[in-house]
Amino acid sequence: MSRLATDDLESQRPKLGVFKFASCDGCQLSILNLEDELLVLGQALDIAYFPEASSKMNPGPYDIALVEGSITTEEDAHRIRFVREQAKVLLTIGSCATAGGIQALRNWADVESFKQVVYPSPDYIQSLKTSTPISEHVHVDFELWGCPIDKGQLLRVITDLLAGVQPRVPVESVCLECKRRGNVCVMVTKGLACLGPVTRAGCGAICPSMGRDCYGCFGPTEGTRIGPGLPPNTASLGRHFHDGLHLIPVEVLRRFRGINGYADAFKQESERWEAKK
Amino acid sequence: MARETCGILSRTNLHRLLDALSAKGYRLVGPMVHDGAVVWDTIQRVSDLPIGWRDHQEPGRYRLEQTGSQEVFGVVHGPQSLKPFAFTPREPLLQIERSKDGFTTRSTLPQSEKVAIIGARACDLAGLAIQDQIFLQGEYQDPYYATRREGLFIIAVNCTRALQTCFCASMDTGPCAKNGFDLALTEVDDQLLIEAGSESGSDLLSALSLSPASQGLTREAAARGDACAQSQVRQLDRTRLPQALHEAHEHPRWDDVAARCLACANCTMVCPTCFCHKVEETPDLTRQNSEHARLWDSCFTQEHGYIHGKNIRPTIKDRYRMWLTHKLASWIDQFGTSGCVGCGRCITWCPVGIDLTEELSSLLKPSEQPSVLSRQ
Amino acid sequence: MVNPYLIHPATIMEKIREADSIHTYRLRLNDEATRRNFRFTAGQFNMVYLFGVGEVAISIVSDPEEPERLDHTIRSVGRVTSAIAQLQAGETLGIRGPFGQGWPLDAVRGHDVVIVTGGLGCAPVVGAIDYMFRRRRHYGSVKIIHGVKTSRDLLFHERFEAWGKQPDTEVLLASTRPDETWRYHVGVVTDLFEHVTLDPTKSMVLMCGPEIMMRLGVPILMRRGIPATAIYVSLERHMECGIGLCGHCQMGPYFLCKDGPVMRYDLVEPWLGRGGV
Repeated sequence: MSRLATDDLESQRPKLGVFKFASCDGCQLSILNLEDELLVLGQALDIAYFPEASSKMNPGPYDIALVEGSITTEEDAHRIRFVREQAKVLLTIGSCATAGGIQALRNWADVESFKQVVYPSPDYIQSLKTSTPISEHVHVDFELWGCPIDKGQLLRVITDLLAGVQPRVPVESVCLECKRRGNVCVMVTKGLACLGPVTRAGCGAICPSMGRDCYGCFGPTEGTRIGPGLPPNTASLGRHFHDGLHLIPVEVLRRFRGINGYADAFKQESERWEAKK
Repeated sequence: MARETCGILSRTNLHRLLDALSAKGYRLVGPMVHDGAVVWDTIQRVSDLPIGWRDHQEPGRYRLEQTGSQEVFGVVHGPQSLKPFAFTPREPLLQIERSKDGFTTRSTLPQSEKVAIIGARACDLAGLAIQDQIFLQGEYQDPYYATRREGLFIIAVNCTRALQTCFCASMDTGPCAKNGFDLALTEVDDQLLIEAGSESGSDLLSALSLSPASQGLTREAAARGDACAQSQVRQLDRTRLPQALHEAHEHPRWDDVAARCLACANCTMVCPTCFCHKVEETPDLTRQNSEHARLWDSCFTQEHGYIHGKNIRPTIKDRYRMWLTHKLASWIDQFGTSGCVGCGRCITWCPVGIDLTEELSSLLKPSEQPSVLSRQ
Repeated sequence: MVNPYLIHPATIMEKIREADSIHTYRLRLNDEATRRNFRFTAGQFNMVYLFGVGEVAISIVSDPEEPERLDHTIRSVGRVTSAIAQLQAGETLGIRGPFGQGWPLDAVRGHDVVIVTGGLGCAPVVGAIDYMFRRRRHYGSVKIIHGVKTSRDLLFHERFEAWGKQPDTEVLLASTRPDETWRYHVGVVTDLFEHVTLDPTKSMVLMCGPEIMMRLGVPILMRRGIPATAIYVSLERHMECGIGLCGHCQMGPYFLCKDGPVMRYDLVEPWLGRGGV
């Protein structure tokens, strides 16, 4: 990875493109929510393509492409290839792009029947049977998890990329952040089925800090589609939800089949409980 | 004025102790009920303390109960030991700024603050003594730890009730505080027996001009401590440590516990002695300034075992084994003492209730017992 | 109280290419007083810091008697070292150190020396070899044994050639997968332990490289009569602090940052090759 920032000349600033696929735009809003840092970001980078923020849409190639959303249509499956070709470094931002998102629930259901129920003219809806992460279609250089992403993590990753440093975010469990904050464990004191122990840190343990259980929006800890490591022990946690916290199998299934239900480790666990339903 | 080492304060007069500490400029910190447990927090008055509350702890489970009594120190402990006071979860070490000939470094030592901690338990003191040994008594002393540590005034509370998860008696660290405190209290019904354990504790005690402790009360306090030790249902057999655990490196029980362990690191976060930390470097977007800070780390994380391109502890089995072997065996080799003080926090705060005393006893048995998993 | 975390800026005086991804950085501490007071022994290491990225433990390979010049040979492999690789002479790194226990070069005086290195891990021992050759008459015969996988992995080729020309010195090389130009032994490096001529009563061994090489190689040397107490190995673990506090570099009862990185073999023998230690 070489330094992207060469000098201060306008034309030489690294070009950033932000691309949207099937998503709610929340992660793009996290970029706009940077507020204070946005001006500095605008000086360090040429924000060449970001339709959510500006009508200025400059063509590629881009030094950094941020991709939000999952692939749910034939057209998007083609478009992501084009984005990849135009991008030196491609980062997925958020759970949709990284793991297929909440819309990946369709992967266990019949999309045709949904269309019939929801739309007056279902024939107009051109949609794939599945919602899949970007990495199932093209090479992804780096993943940022979260629903939405943490803007501090995004900033940190961009700062690293500009300096030619391999970006790094923690892959440890939410429990480390939760305990560092001095929170009281919601699973141990209240018996809530918290996914924190198998979910990757990064959010700052927001939910447990508000007294509620983590629902896994930052995805599984280490060992993902593009990152090496040990997949979390979801089997033990699932067993504890059932045996220790007395969730019925379908409840255990639903804990794992949420926003990141299509992430490998969570997918496998929910499917284990599907069989016990 | 004669220096006092012992005295009696009636429970209704506990505020006098707090007032005396406040008058000396201490911020008062005590256990407070928050989110279903007690946590250390700044207190203003006696009524901020968990009066009438008791905790019930078992593997993976913590519940508070209001008994309606006037007992002030009925809660044994919460998830936090004394560790966060001196070895904070996140400590900025340096602020580094770019300059024309490279960079300049400024140390971000914390402000020293006088903090009186009311209600530390014997196991917590033992944990703090171990942390002192690591951060203050080795070849390199840690100035951040030292600055925070020197401001602490510690008021211990001797335990008269054991939790299901307690095993300090078998670790020889409790239930009564032996040293490492400025004052130690024993709550005997509506009386508080107070002993001084340091010069500043003794000074404070003298200033309170308490009535002397009767022999009867002193005996009763000791008897309750003994009874508390007797009532502990868990113990940890140290007789064959460290060697026996080193020898159990290939024991099948490690596979068994690995099937249950989440590698979530909760045990290491709540442990009063676990000291692993990592350094996090956070530059600003312009890369003119960078913060160099340390954070609590854990041997259960991926990065802990990373060495250029590979991980020497890739599996949960490796990581749990590293933790337990270090805590109960290598720690003795390194520091001449066990890394476990018997507080039982790792048992309670393990989301799936793994009990190290049970793991150890299985690991020290030559033949494997039927495992929890194979019973299902 | 001295703050052991303070980082001292040092200028890269020279960046010397050793191989594709390996460079030696010749550093000079910027602050005069710090520079004058800096003393180290061969085999000790510094925590080398790159602004905005972090620190990494790197052994000092230059001569301890010229302590104002600090050479560090760095292979670009991780996040910090890859970023360091982009620097040029004149740019700034930071230094904390020196830390750890180096090679017992005083104890080795008057002995025959067997130096064993393997793979890419030979940098820490290069300093020791140079040290001894600068004081050649203090040491008996020198055998340098080095093993690589393919011929292309033979870095420091010129150095091995030059060392081989020193008086009473033998360089023995082995490759498991050599090409047709390979003029040395074909096979594993431990084969050479059987063949090398040595007087076990007069020899001391310095070893650096993969732990498997130590585990398989040392018993052969011991069978040949060299006691375990005459064998020293340089070991590697992750290090965050360098001063024995962060807990990462443990190997059984040892903290390799302060008890090592050079350890007498009999002390570490029980821990080498243990899974996960």
